Amino acid sequence: MGSLALKDIHKSFGTVEVLKGIDLEVEDGELIIFVGPSGCGKSTLLRIIAGLEDETSGTVAIDDDTVNGQSPTERGIAMVFQTYALYPHLTVRDNMSLGLKQAKRPAAEIKSRVDLATSMLSLGDYLDRRPAELSGGQRQRVAIGRAIVRKPKLFLFDEPLSNLDAALRVNTRLEIARLHRELEATMVYVTHDQVEAMTLGDRIVVLNDGYIEQVGSPMELYKKPANKFVAGFIGSPRMNFIDSRLLGNTGSTTTGIRPEHISLSLSQGDLKGTVSHVERLGGDTNVYLNCSEAGLVSVRLFGEHDYEVDSTCFAVFDQSRVFQFDQEGKTIV
Amino acid sequence: MKNNGNLINASTARTIAAHAVLITYTLIALFPVVVILINSFKTRKAIFKSPLSLPNSESFSLVGYETVVKQGDFLLYFQNSLVVTVVSLTLVLLFGAMAAFALSEYRFKGNLLVGLYLALGIMIPIRLGTVSILQMMVATDLVNTLTALILVYTAQGLPLAIFILSEFMQGISDDLKNAGRIDGLSEYRIFGRLVLPLIRPAMATVAVFTMIPIWNDLWFPLILAPAEETKTVTLGAQVFIGQFVTNWNAVLSSLSLAIVPVLVLYVIFSRQLIKGITAGAVK
Ligand SMILES: Nc1ncnc2c1ncn2[C@@H]1O[C@H](COP(=O)(O)OP(=O)(O)OP(=O)(O)O)[C@@H](O)[C@H]1O
Ligand SMILES: [Mg+2]
Repeated sequence: MGSLALKDIHKSFGTVEVLKGIDLEVEDGELIIFVGPSGCGKSTLLRIIAGLEDETSGTVAIDDDTVNGQSPTERGIAMVFQTYALYPHLTVRDNMSLGLKQAKRPAAEIKSRVDLATSMLSLGDYLDRRPAELSGGQRQRVAIGRAIVRKPKLFLFDEPLSNLDAALRVNTRLEIARLHRELEATMVYVTHDQVEAMTLGDRIVVLNDGYIEQVGSPMELYKKPANKFVAGFIGSPRMNFIDSRLLGNTGSTTTGIRPEHISLSLSQGDLKGTVSHVERLGGDTNVYLNCSEAGLVSVRLFGEHDYEVDSTCFAVFDQSRVFQFDQEGKTIV
Repeated sequence: MKNNGNLINASTARTIAAHAVLITYTLIALFPVVVILINSFKTRKAIFKSPLSLPNSESFSLVGYETVVKQGDFLLYFQNSLVVTVVSLTLVLLFGAMAAFALSEYRFKGNLLVGLYLALGIMIPIRLGTVSILQMMVATDLVNTLTALILVYTAQGLPLAIFILSEFMQGISDDLKNAGRIDGLSEYRIFGRLVLPLIRPAMATVAVFTMIPIWNDLWFPLILAPAEETKTVTLGAQVFIGQFVTNWNAVLSSLSLAIVPVLVLYVIFSRQLIKGITAGAVK
């Protein structure tokens, strides 16, 4: 139980159309990621699925039942917010059990569910504290715990990790991956973060300006982006886009190549440029080449490399990894 | 080292200056109250001879309090004042918070207009409508009842309450209310269990601002409820102020007594206020 189907969802705020026809099927037990630039409607779509916002048109179905017009509780969903949204005046225990108390569940059941969530998230030491007395990571775990105790059909996460620092983000990300395996629950997860999207998702939905650009597994999106937008959005540092004429490619408008599929040579290659900046990350080295008309080309090399700033280099493309895009930005297969 | 010392000196100097200003202000604010209090314990002659001196064995007298207790039914007046104040206050806070919640939480047609209409009362004094209010009270047979006063005071307190409370409610995050909705809380529950506890300091502020003018009001009791059994304390104290002779002992004593209940209410609310402020600070 826990499949989700969206059919032709439209949403307008006043005269502004934010979602322009979203069709999507999510299977039971899947973890699906929504990514997209800021303001593209990710949160709005999530809130429509949750029942916190009314769609202008279209249908939302959970487990093949149309749930339009139902309240969040009737839909059987749980949501974790970016801002945690814990009840500041209640203890951790009460925060987690409020929903169940509201549903008039027997006390023993509430206790056992809270205990289970507590041990899953190792929150045992904090049950009697208030949110103000917890760290950011602990607060987000409580928020996740509050979602778990409800045993929802569908978990909705709206950028749950973006208020955490880098180290905590990694930990909590692993935690969510583990929870997904243990609970075998369907999860919809909104994020800005490349790494979260690539590592957590069974499938990724790339949204842009109210449309779905592409849906697919992380590797599908990486290897076969449907268009220039997806190609540029998935992968970090982002794909280089070069005017095809400069490379002598006829039959396409833009040529795309990922930084990790370029190597550098001192004698010859596809593009000539001068090194403008070198970033040494330890495991990787990012080299930025200034290739006059082609602009700045980023190159990601594995291991440690030394390149002098202002020295001349040639970029060598791995031809099997080059993408061609037509005038509308569609990928030419 | 030297620098450090300078810094500390500068900050202590600033602290002292701030306290000096606050203490001066406190003294100015307390002065009339203290004068009323000390003079209420003095003989009439002593009041006029040296109004600023403390009562001593010679000038000490309880004659004012005795008059107050003997004449008129002051216990009843107190009770009336308390009933009117507490009931109006409760209604103002309840309806004010509910209206503020609706205005800040829901997007509906005319939201802004309704908000403006409700806030209009801040600028227009309710006393301007005294004549029509009196006519309405006569028509509904409410003259000389506490209900009349309660209705008027509730109307008088609501605009400011709605204005202040809706400002505060807008500050409560949408995510929090949505979390409540996902937990299955009804809109009433969200109002009662999530929003109200969070705006308690604002409620306390509104309570204090609403309570004082109601307790002190002389105008509406005089016009709407001057009967013996509905007199409030402020109105009751007027019997001692005559056109030719004023019983100053009794006036001062009754005023001193009138301070006590508001003081108690104030202490209750201000504790809430401080609780709210510190709760926010630790967050
Ligand atoms: N209540 C609202 N009234 C009017 N416009 C709104 C409302 N909520 C959102 N919008 C608009 O809808 C668009 C999509 O907003 P949404 O919050 O879904 O973006 P998002 O993809 O979640 O962005 P972010 O990644 O920054 O969170 C934005 O342009 C926003 O201005
Ligand atoms: Mg968002």
